[in-house]
Amino acid sequence: MSQHVLSLLVEDKPGILTRVAALFARRGFNIESLAVGTTEVDGVSRMTVVVNLEGQPLEQVTKQLNKLVNVLKIVELEDDASVARDHMLVKVKTDASTRSQVLEAVTLFRARVIDVVSDSVVIEVTGDSAKCKAFIKVLEPFGIKELVQSGAIAISRGSKSMSEKVLK
Amino acid sequence: MTETITGAQAIIRSLEQLGVDTVFGLPGGAILPTYDPLMDSSKIRHILVRHEQGAGHAAEGYAAASGKLGVCIATSGPGATNLVTAIADAHMDSVPMLAITGQVNSHAIGTDAFQEADIVGITMPITKHSFLVTNAEDIPAVMASAVEIATTGRPGPVLVDVAKDAQNAKFEFSWPPVVEVTPGYKPVTDPHGKQVQAAAELILQSKKPILYVGGGVIRAGAHKELHKLAKLIGAPLTTTLMARGAFPDSDPQHLGMPGMHGTVPAVTGLQKADLLITLGARFDDRVTGDVKTFAKGAKVIHVDIDPAEIGKIRHADVPIVGDAKVVIAMLTQELEKQLKGKKYDISEWWKYIDGLKERYPLGYSDLEDGKLAPQYVIERIGQLSGPEAIYAAGVGQHQMWSAQFINYENPNTWLNSGGAGTMGYAVPAAMGAKVAMPDKLVWAIDGDGCFQMTNQELATCTINQIPIKVAIINNSSLGMVRQWQTLFYNQRYSNTDLHTGTDTAMVPDFVKLSDAYGCLAIRVEKVEEVDAAIKLAMETNDRPVVIDFIVGRDAMVWPMVPAGVSNDAVQYARDAAPIWDGEE
Repeated sequence: MSQHVLSLLVEDKPGILTRVAALFARRGFNIESLAVGTTEVDGVSRMTVVVNLEGQPLEQVTKQLNKLVNVLKIVELEDDASVARDHMLVKVKTDASTRSQVLEAVTLFRARVIDVVSDSVVIEVTGDSAKCKAFIKVLEPFGIKELVQSGAIAISRGSKSMSEKVLK
Repeated sequence: MTETITGAQAIIRSLEQLGVDTVFGLPGGAILPTYDPLMDSSKIRHILVRHEQGAGHAAEGYAAASGKLGVCIATSGPGATNLVTAIADAHMDSVPMLAITGQVNSHAIGTDAFQEADIVGITMPITKHSFLVTNAEDIPAVMASAVEIATTGRPGPVLVDVAKDAQNAKFEFSWPPVVEVTPGYKPVTDPHGKQVQAAAELILQSKKPILYVGGGVIRAGAHKELHKLAKLIGAPLTTTLMARGAFPDSDPQHLGMPGMHGTVPAVTGLQKADLLITLGARFDDRVTGDVKTFAKGAKVIHVDIDPAEIGKIRHADVPIVGDAKVVIAMLTQELEKQLKGKKYDISEWWKYIDGLKERYPLGYSDLEDGKLAPQYVIERIGQLSGPEAIYAAGVGQHQMWSAQFINYENPNTWLNSGGAGTMGYAVPAAMGAKVAMPDKLVWAIDGDGCFQMTNQELATCTINQIPIKVAIINNSSLGMVRQWQTLFYNQRYSNTDLHTGTDTAMVPDFVKLSDAYGCLAIRVEKVEEVDAAIKLAMETNDRPVVIDFIVGRDAMVWPMVPAGVSNDAVQYARDAAPIWDGEE
C-alpha cells in the first residue's frame, strides 16, 4: 500500500466536496483523510486529500479527479518538498496524581492545554501525523475521553504558490 | 443589446442561439414555465414522448446518427429520474447530450417538496458535469457552458437542473454570455508531436500490427483519416461494437468485430499481434476478456482524448492524448515522412491472418426445429436496406447478430447501447435518428424483451410522423440470458420465457399491439415471407412499420469467449475452438 498527499484547487461550488468524495468511492480509491477550506483567492477552495492506494497507480486518481470540471489543479505534495500538519484536540482524564505527568507530556510535545476541569484537560496539538500518533500513545494510559482530529493540510516548501499559474 | 425576459424564455433563447433545432421531452409541474415559450419557438421542434426514458434515448439516437448534440427535457422528481438510464447510457458511450430538468422552487429545495428529487446528486457519477441553477441570470452562461462541455473533448451527457422560480424570474438577457462559468474545463485535443513520432517509429518496427478501432473514431468524425492511415500501412483492422461503420466492412483489411462475440480473425489477430494501434478504444472487458492474457506479446499505442482512459486497463507504450481526427492525420503524415516512399512489409502477418479469415468466416446454421434463423432475418434486412440505412439495436442476441451480419460501410449508421447495455434502447433511439436524418431509412432491430420496455414510443412515432421500421427478432425469450443458461446453467431456464412466440400465449400479440399504435404490423414466420415483409416495410412511409419475426429460440451467438476467460479460448461454435497451427 502506498500513501500520497494530494493538494487540489477547486472552484468553490455547491456539491464539489460530494463530487470529489463520490469519485473516490466509485473508483475504489481509499481516502485516509480529507481537509477542505478557503484560500488566498476568492471563489477557490483547497482540498488536501491523503489517499491510500492498493494496486492502482496514483496517476489514475489524478486523471479521474482532473475530469471533474470544478477541479482546477492537482499536485502531489512529496514528503521532502512539502510540510503537512494535522490538528488534534484531546480530552484526557486527569486527577491530582496524574495531572503533572500529563502536563509534562504536553510540554514535551509542544502541545497546549486549552481547558482544565477537576477531572480532565483538553489539549491542543499540531504536527505531522507521526507526532500526533505518538502523542496519542503517550496519553492513552491516562484515559482518552474524547479525540478529534482534522485531516492533514499540506503546503509546498519554497516560494512558489500552487494558485499562481491556474488563476492568472 | 439586452432584453428583459424570464428564465424560461432564456432557456429557449439559449437553445436557439446554440443551434438546437430538436428536443425530446415531456412536461410537468416544475418545467411548466419553460414549456410555455417553447410553444412559440419557430426554431425548435419539440417531440412529446410517452416516457422520459424515451426522450433520453431519442436524444442519444439523434446525437449518434447526426453527430450533433441531443437534447431532452423532463420535469422534476420522477420525470428527472426516468431520464437516469438514458443519461447513464450516454455517459458510458460518450454521447453528446444535454438533459434539462425542472426543479422545485429554490426555497423548497431540501424540504422533500412534491416531486422533488436531488437529480444533480443522483446523476453525479453518470454525467460529464451537472449544474443546478437557482438564479435566472445564470441561465445563458450555464446553457452555453453545458453545451460546450457536452460536445467537446470526450463527449458526454450534461444535466442542467433549473429551479422553477429561476424559470419564472425576469432578468436582462444578452447573448453571447460573458461569464466563463467553467475555468477548470480544458480538454486537450492536439497531441504532442514527439509522441506521434514515437508511435510512427513503433509502427514501422512492428511486424504484426493491428488497428484496434473504437467508438472514439466515430465520435471524432475521423473515419476518413482512419481510412488513409489504414491504406498507408495496410495493417489488419478491427472495429469494436461502438465503432462498427468507422471503416468499411467490405474492405479486406477489416477483420470484423473483436471481443466476446467477435470474429475469430479479429479476436486472434489482437491476441497474436506485436503492436496494438489503439484509436479511441478503451480496452473494455468485453473486448479484452481476461486482461492478463490479452494480447500478451503486443506493445500498445493508445490514442484517446480522455487521458484517464490511457493506462486505466492496459499499459500504453506510447500514450497519445488528443482528438482522434487530429492524431490520426498527424500520424499518417509522420509515417509518410518516415517511410520516404518505401513499402511497409507485413506480408508474413497477412499470410497468417488470411488463413484465419479463410478457415473461420462468420456464419450460422439453420435451426433443428425448422424455425426461422434470426441471423438470416437480420442479414436480409441489411442486404435489402443497404449501407446507407441506419440501424439501431436493443441489447442481447439480436444486437450481436446485427453487429455481425449487417455490413456497415459508413460511420453513424450503427447505433446501440454498448457500454451500459440498456435494453429498450432501440425504438426510441431509432426515433431520434429518424428525426435527425429524415431522408434515411431507419431500422430498429429489437428483441421481444427489449421491445416491451420502450415500445410506447411507437405512439410518438405515429403521431409525429416519424416512420421508423421495427424488426422484432421474436424468440419468445430473453435470448442472451437464455443462451448463458444453456451454456453455463445446465439448461435451467430460470425466468427467461416471455411467452410471445406463436406456440405460446402470445402476450402481448405484437401485431395487435403495433396495429393499436397506428403502425403497419406484419407477422413473419417463414423464410419465404422475409423479403416481402422487409420490402413492404421499406415502401411504407406514411406510418411506422413493425415486423414481428417469429424466430427459433435455440439460435446462439457465435463465436464466443466466455466472460472472464482468455481470448485464446475463443469458441467458433459450441464446443468448437479453432485449431491452432503448431507453434501458434
